[in-house]
Amino acid sequence: MSKNKSNKLFEPALVSTALKQSFIKLNPRIMFRNPVMFTVWVGTFVMLCVCVWIGAAHVQGQGSLLYNSIVFAVLLLTLLFANFAEAIAEARGKAQADSLRKTREETPAKKVFIIGEMQVNEIKIVPSSQLEKGDLFICEAGDMIPMDGEIIKGIATIDESAITGESAPVIRESGGDKSSVTGGTKVLSDKITVRVTTEPGESFLDKMIALVEGASRQKTPNEIALTILLAGFTLVFIIVCITLKPFADYAHTPITIAAFISLFVCLIPTTIGGLLSAIGIAGMDRALRANVITKSGKAVETAGDLDTLLLDKTGTITIGNRKATAFYPANTVDEKRFIEACMLSSLADETPEGKSIIELAKLNAEDFDTGAAKFIDFTAETRSSGIDLPDGRRIRKGAFDAIRNMVTKAGNSFPEETAAQVKVIAGNGGTPLVVSENNIAIGVIELQDIIKPGIKERFERLRKMGVKTVMVTGDNPLTARFIAEKAGVDDFIAEAKPEDKMNYIKQEQQGGKLVAMMGDGTNDAPALAQADVGVAMNSGTAAAKEAGNMVDLDNDPTKLIEIVEIGKQLLMTRGTLTTFSIANDVAKYFAIVPALFITSVPALQGLNIMKLHSPESAILSAVIFNALIIPMLIPLALKGVAYKPIGASALLRRNLLIYGLGGVIVPFIGIKLLDLLVSVWF
Amino acid sequence: MNTEIFGVIAMFLVTITLAIPLGKYIGKVYNGNKTLWDPIFNPLDKLFFKAGGINPANNMTWQQNLVALLTINIVWFLLSMFVLMSQSWLPLNPDGNSSMTADLAFNTTISFITNTNLQHYSGESGLSYFGQITLMLWQFISAAAGMAICATVFKAMKPVLHSAKEKAAEVGNFYCLFVKSCTRILLPLCVVVAVLLLLNGTPMTFKGKDQFISVQGDTVNVSRGPAAAMIAIKQLGTNGGGFFGVNSAHPLENPNYFTNTIENVCIILIPIAMIFALGFMLKRKRFAWMILGIMTLGFLLLVIPSIYYEMHGNTAIAKMGVLQNLGSMEGKEVRFGPAASAYWGITSTVTSNGSVNAMHDSFTPLTGMFAMLGMMVNAFYGGVGVGFLNFYIFMIIAVFISGLMVGRTPEFLGKKIEAKEMKIAAIIALLHPFLILVGTAISSHLYAHNPQTYAGWLNNPSSHGYSEMLYEFTSSSANNGSGFAGLGNNTPFWNIACGIVMLLARYLPIIGPVAIAGILAKKKYIPESAGTLKTDNSTFAIMIFAVIFIIAALSFFPALALGPIAEYFGMK
Repeated sequence: MSKNKSNKLFEPALVSTALKQSFIKLNPRIMFRNPVMFTVWVGTFVMLCVCVWIGAAHVQGQGSLLYNSIVFAVLLLTLLFANFAEAIAEARGKAQADSLRKTREETPAKKVFIIGEMQVNEIKIVPSSQLEKGDLFICEAGDMIPMDGEIIKGIATIDESAITGESAPVIRESGGDKSSVTGGTKVLSDKITVRVTTEPGESFLDKMIALVEGASRQKTPNEIALTILLAGFTLVFIIVCITLKPFADYAHTPITIAAFISLFVCLIPTTIGGLLSAIGIAGMDRALRANVITKSGKAVETAGDLDTLLLDKTGTITIGNRKATAFYPANTVDEKRFIEACMLSSLADETPEGKSIIELAKLNAEDFDTGAAKFIDFTAETRSSGIDLPDGRRIRKGAFDAIRNMVTKAGNSFPEETAAQVKVIAGNGGTPLVVSENNIAIGVIELQDIIKPGIKERFERLRKMGVKTVMVTGDNPLTARFIAEKAGVDDFIAEAKPEDKMNYIKQEQQGGKLVAMMGDGTNDAPALAQADVGVAMNSGTAAAKEAGNMVDLDNDPTKLIEIVEIGKQLLMTRGTLTTFSIANDVAKYFAIVPALFITSVPALQGLNIMKLHSPESAILSAVIFNALIIPMLIPLALKGVAYKPIGASALLRRNLLIYGLGGVIVPFIGIKLLDLLVSVWF
Repeated sequence: MNTEIFGVIAMFLVTITLAIPLGKYIGKVYNGNKTLWDPIFNPLDKLFFKAGGINPANNMTWQQNLVALLTINIVWFLLSMFVLMSQSWLPLNPDGNSSMTADLAFNTTISFITNTNLQHYSGESGLSYFGQITLMLWQFISAAAGMAICATVFKAMKPVLHSAKEKAAEVGNFYCLFVKSCTRILLPLCVVVAVLLLLNGTPMTFKGKDQFISVQGDTVNVSRGPAAAMIAIKQLGTNGGGFFGVNSAHPLENPNYFTNTIENVCIILIPIAMIFALGFMLKRKRFAWMILGIMTLGFLLLVIPSIYYEMHGNTAIAKMGVLQNLGSMEGKEVRFGPAASAYWGITSTVTSNGSVNAMHDSFTPLTGMFAMLGMMVNAFYGGVGVGFLNFYIFMIIAVFISGLMVGRTPEFLGKKIEAKEMKIAAIIALLHPFLILVGTAISSHLYAHNPQTYAGWLNNPSSHGYSEMLYEFTSSSANNGSGFAGLGNNTPFWNIACGIVMLLARYLPIIGPVAIAGILAKKKYIPESAGTLKTDNSTFAIMIFAVIFIIAALSFFPALALGPIAEYFGMK
């Protein structure tokens, strides 16, 4: 499998690419996108000019060439560190996407050509890169599927382990909700005709890679708002530094250019400014590591804000499908005969429920001659299915009220004990299936849902995050309530039709809530589009994938829970590093401000509470600390701040303590230690 | 306990005790609920509404409210310029005072319509009684305008129970709120306070100077006038513009400790009551107490060390071998003492009330710094109405950062904070440091390069002189109006520069919060969930405090280091 969940942050290959990129990104046109770091760029450039000036003209009063060169070098390092943070995040995201893309390298495709009006189909082998949207191709057992597409004819078992890491083959067939195939997966049996659904280079994965690479990465609304705030802080400190010049003139204190620029660079929020884009990319990368392809960075952020999750019962809350667990014959009916009838009625029933009845009956189907029998398919109208045997027996099974109607219409009474049993089953969260023979009710089959282990704890965690969970099921309200309670969901939609999901989403949104849902079918598409976060399963139809804003490669319905945490982590990492960055200013002020004025206003030595050695050592220590803190925080930016569902206020308290108070204290220690080192030379 | 300290604590407790019922009353007035005083005021209001062609039931949008505020301010500006520049021939001028020069009239007019009351003149000689009364009118009007516009923000903050479109229209009618602020809140309170002052000896007359023969046998001319009325509104409306030049240090403005207590209670009464009014109007008492808690914490951090330093005397004087049992008495009135003077100094600077009962220029360096910090923050209580608007900006920024810290797109009272709101909040938060620092930078530059030309500005060059310039611009930008009196400020440079600063610092910080609140009101209301960050508990309070500290304190740190801090360490 290619699920590269390596937790190693700095792989040597990625580091070397990122290092190269950090220099390329020094281009002012690229730097300009980040206002905070751009001002550092300008400062660095000015320092370069100052160094040249001092080197060429023996200027007095600006400090030694060595001192100015060191300041310049440290500022350049600050820029490189910030660029490296962004580059390593990009490289990691790209490597992750590439490992997925590798699976879909050039493969031969059996393209179907339609010639003339005769509709003669001709098959030619072409490279997959020549396939365009709308083209048809054929895949047979052993073929690699060349492109993403939708099956229009046939059914096949497919090995999707290259994408999902799941080794069990899956069945994909035309028409249903499982008609999508992904490029790079392998057909194991049968033959399918597939229509290409994406242009070359425009598959979701391609879009994702472009997103990570920054070419089409748009800033999310939240990122924009934060950039505005950071730009505001930068502006304040520009004002502070510029007005310092006349203040110093008044106090007859000459201030060197190096000191001005150092003060400025230390005060502006370079830490968060340098890490901001890395944090955003790392968020998408974390989503990708969870095997979720996001179509925009915004979707990840929105996920962090979700209020309501719509979850399908089947597969998410319960394991697979309902299973038959017991047979309850009516009083007058022989049990063996009843079980036999149950089995016969399910012979042609391809649904998992039907199969589970045969399984439970433990009878051999071959023992019965059904050659001349007529199978009655399930229709929405009769809401029952069954079999007409050559011996005249007409066996039907179906929902309680459907069979009861049929029985009473024929003039027969419905056995009380069976009616009572139906209620018991429904009350226990099971689904009763009533069986009749020749319009006489003969008993009831109990179908039960099996709730996934551990799901209750996950819902509890979601509740603590403030996310409401809603179970969507086709079951009747009684059954739905039982399962909802047992699984610990907050609400449920019973007897759900596709439009019910849509209405529920709209209703929640009207109340100002953000809603997420997961779906795979074409009839889920409108609801997926309506939801704030729509996660389509990779196995789902093209329409569903187009409508959602995320695609889950694992087809795992519990993935939504992970997505919420990834979104929260993303926002939190931004917030905590902003706080840390700004809190650092307190210590930096105490390092630099006395250093600026001590020579002419000796009284200000009182402000030098860190007892730094000299003005030069104080300024150098502050800028070096400011530069070093960026690479030290890269791991945190890439991994994200851990989210703990302990309630918003407790979380704020915790983060304020760690990153706020920590942000005040850490630089005092760091700058003092650096000063001890730097004071050897200055 | 030391009686001086006891007096100060008593003043604060009395203020809080009075502010709670007053806040509830203000909330009722703005909500349009019935009050006990309706039979008296309803006809009065109707008269005003009829005369002004106002339909109080007609709700306006936030944009219309702002236009209303700005338009009437322009009218007042023109009217005031006319009166001040022609008062020599206008009636009620028994002492024959002359008209103001254009730059002084410009400064004075702006100063009074912006609720600043920076006075580059001396009331006894610079104004006729007609001029004084005109300015007194602005003291009512500017205070009521601030309160009314703040009330529109309160209304916009109410959670929406119906569609957002209807809500957009429900930020109230500025004219209606404005008239009610005057008639139902300021006027009745002023009558009570003015009568109390009158009973203690403050003059209220239109007669000219009085004369008496002193013990030495000299004839002394004593200025008087309709002072009691003006002093009441100057304190209640966080105006601060005194009738006499030395403001409330003058024995006729503030005759004794009792009047000092009344006036000092009035200084912070309405700013605190407005917070209770907010809690009442939004039905969020906890939220109001949280805000009050932060403001009080900030206030105490400023006032306690100030009282300490003033009561412990001046180290420079102590070095001369002078005993200072009473504390630092330079520039203070013996009838108030250092504790009450320092308390007044800080209460008036945190609330943008420029009145003084002691000379701030003579405070010990750090007390002077705390007074400046009070104005630099300008949101610990703050001016009537506008103080809360400044605080609102800090809250928006705090909500934004803390929302991110808990992994949720920030929301405030159920509304999402996005780029547009952040842009406005960032600009407004920037404005105050910008005006103060740039203003002081220009004056420092001028002085540093031409010390001879501008020698008249500074009585004390060096760091204290720098503090005087910094204080003047801080006071102008905070719309406070007090000054370090050592600054020779009646020159065209100071009149015009401070005038411009006052103008920008008054209207932009009103426009910003009103716009944010108006935009937020139109947004979809998001009900609270377990993941929503509570904005009414101590954790969030700490966050707001940190934001205020970072923005206000950090941006002024280098400036303060060169001024009061350098002076403090220099005197040690």
